[in-house]
Amino acid sequence: MASAGATAPPVAAAARRPRSRTVPTWVWALPPVAVLGFVFLYPLGLVVQESLAPGAYADVLASASFRDALVTTVWLAAGATVGCLVLGFALALVVAFVPFPGARAVSRFIDVFLSFPSFLITLALLFVYGTVGMANGLWTGATGAAEGPFHFLTTPWGVLLAEITYFTPFVMRPLLAAFSQLDTAQLEAASSLGARPARIVRRVILPEALPALAAGGSLVLVMCLNEFGIVLFTGAKGVTTLPMLVYSKAILESDYAAACVVAVVNVAISVGLYAVYRVVSRRAGA
Amino acid sequence: MLVHSRGGRWASWLAFAVLFVPLFAVPLLVIVAASFSTHWSGAFPSGPTAEHYTAAVRGESLQALTTSLVTAAAASLLALTLGTWAALTAASLRGRGRRILDALFVLPLAVPSVVVGLAVLVAFSRPPLLLNGTRWIVILAHTVLVTAFAHQSVSAAVRRLDPVYEQAAAGLGARPSYVLLRVRLPLLLPSLGAAAGLCFALSMGELSATMMLYPPDWMPLPVLVFTATDRGSLFTGSALAVVLMATTLLVLLAVSRIRTRASYR
Repeated sequence: MASAGATAPPVAAAARRPRSRTVPTWVWALPPVAVLGFVFLYPLGLVVQESLAPGAYADVLASASFRDALVTTVWLAAGATVGCLVLGFALALVVAFVPFPGARAVSRFIDVFLSFPSFLITLALLFVYGTVGMANGLWTGATGAAEGPFHFLTTPWGVLLAEITYFTPFVMRPLLAAFSQLDTAQLEAASSLGARPARIVRRVILPEALPALAAGGSLVLVMCLNEFGIVLFTGAKGVTTLPMLVYSKAILESDYAAACVVAVVNVAISVGLYAVYRVVSRRAGA
Repeated sequence: MLVHSRGGRWASWLAFAVLFVPLFAVPLLVIVAASFSTHWSGAFPSGPTAEHYTAAVRGESLQALTTSLVTAAAASLLALTLGTWAALTAASLRGRGRRILDALFVLPLAVPSVVVGLAVLVAFSRPPLLLNGTRWIVILAHTVLVTAFAHQSVSAAVRRLDPVYEQAAAGLGARPSYVLLRVRLPLLLPSLGAAAGLCFALSMGELSATMMLYPPDWMPLPVLVFTATDRGSLFTGSALAVVLMATTLLVLLAVSRIRTRASYR
């Protein structure tokens, strides 16, 4: 970086512009805001406008399919978040505090895992638990039964399993970052004073990890609410979430007014939760 | 070290392996294994073949791959420009202006991608700008979706930037444009690389908004993976998925090579 000055033209000779001729800083903010406004805010505004078509809200809010989708979305997201938090905390504990050869490789693997699209998990689960997949194949081979016992893939449980699998790394990453800040002397002190591992986790590690858990958990909650790929790939008729309902109303039924109503509800829930996440993660310093 | 007894350590490693391997490692291995087989009805796949790959690098699939690559490259470039501009401007603003700008550029993260797709579809199927049915609508939607990520990672990097360098340059009489081009942007280069890699990976795997928008002649790879699995060709689908994962990883690897070289300069 030091070489940047050496190759530079003699800047000292260039007189500084008088202050009055420089544009105020906020003018520089206008071009990106204008672009974002045109490609994002204006479209979003049109969605709100379309949703206000006469009778659209009343029709959609009264329909059973919407209420089912709302309930399914919320409980799936809540369940997946709890699952991710428990699983992510347990796994991160082992990686950080009971290190083993290859623990670093595991955290690299998690980073890579995050860069893959979510629907790959559902695709993989089709081979593992699908009607002719690995688990059912093993069962029929071992017992001679006509078909295996695993049929949960096209039910909400399949979606839940896929979401927990895909989103747990999103909890583990901030947790591992928080654990690396934790002074291990605290653990040594607690354990030399006779505290057992369970007590150390509860009294020393958990309080330190709470901010990271809260931030990771609320991020996962928002992402689960908005997850589409996993549900689409499951191909289950019985599992409809809000994003799935937006897609099927708009593309399959060409009912744009209804799609816009569902979209507005979905945006309201997820933007509200995301605001909570921002507040929580800022307080956590993440 | 949390667990001191030998038995306790082994027990926790065993628990870790029992949870980690089936949940995270097996799915990826299963996709790779399936992509090389024709049949899977027992513990292991059968009928080894490379046929799916010869099909995956030809015709429709090859076109989908290039479509995805072009879309991801264009969207990342646009998003990086837009996000960096906003992040740099926000850093020099103070108080409310900065908060509003940051909140605006983070907003696409909180809006479901399906809704972004719907909004873009609604807005650009009518005047003043008709993009529906062209490739530009897909690129536009991807740009909107990844801009927030670009903005977030660049503005985190801007916050970590030591202000001493720019102050020194400005103190020596460098004009703001010169400070930006010769001091701040070179210092930010590694973070810009990281942001570009993130945007590229996200755009390569984007499915939700794309499903709402794609025209028949601009079908990205994730959509092709979906149509293949949807009509029951699971093995072809997993070969395509492996191609998708491998391409994403290769690009990420290349970006991180460039990044390390940039940070040594």
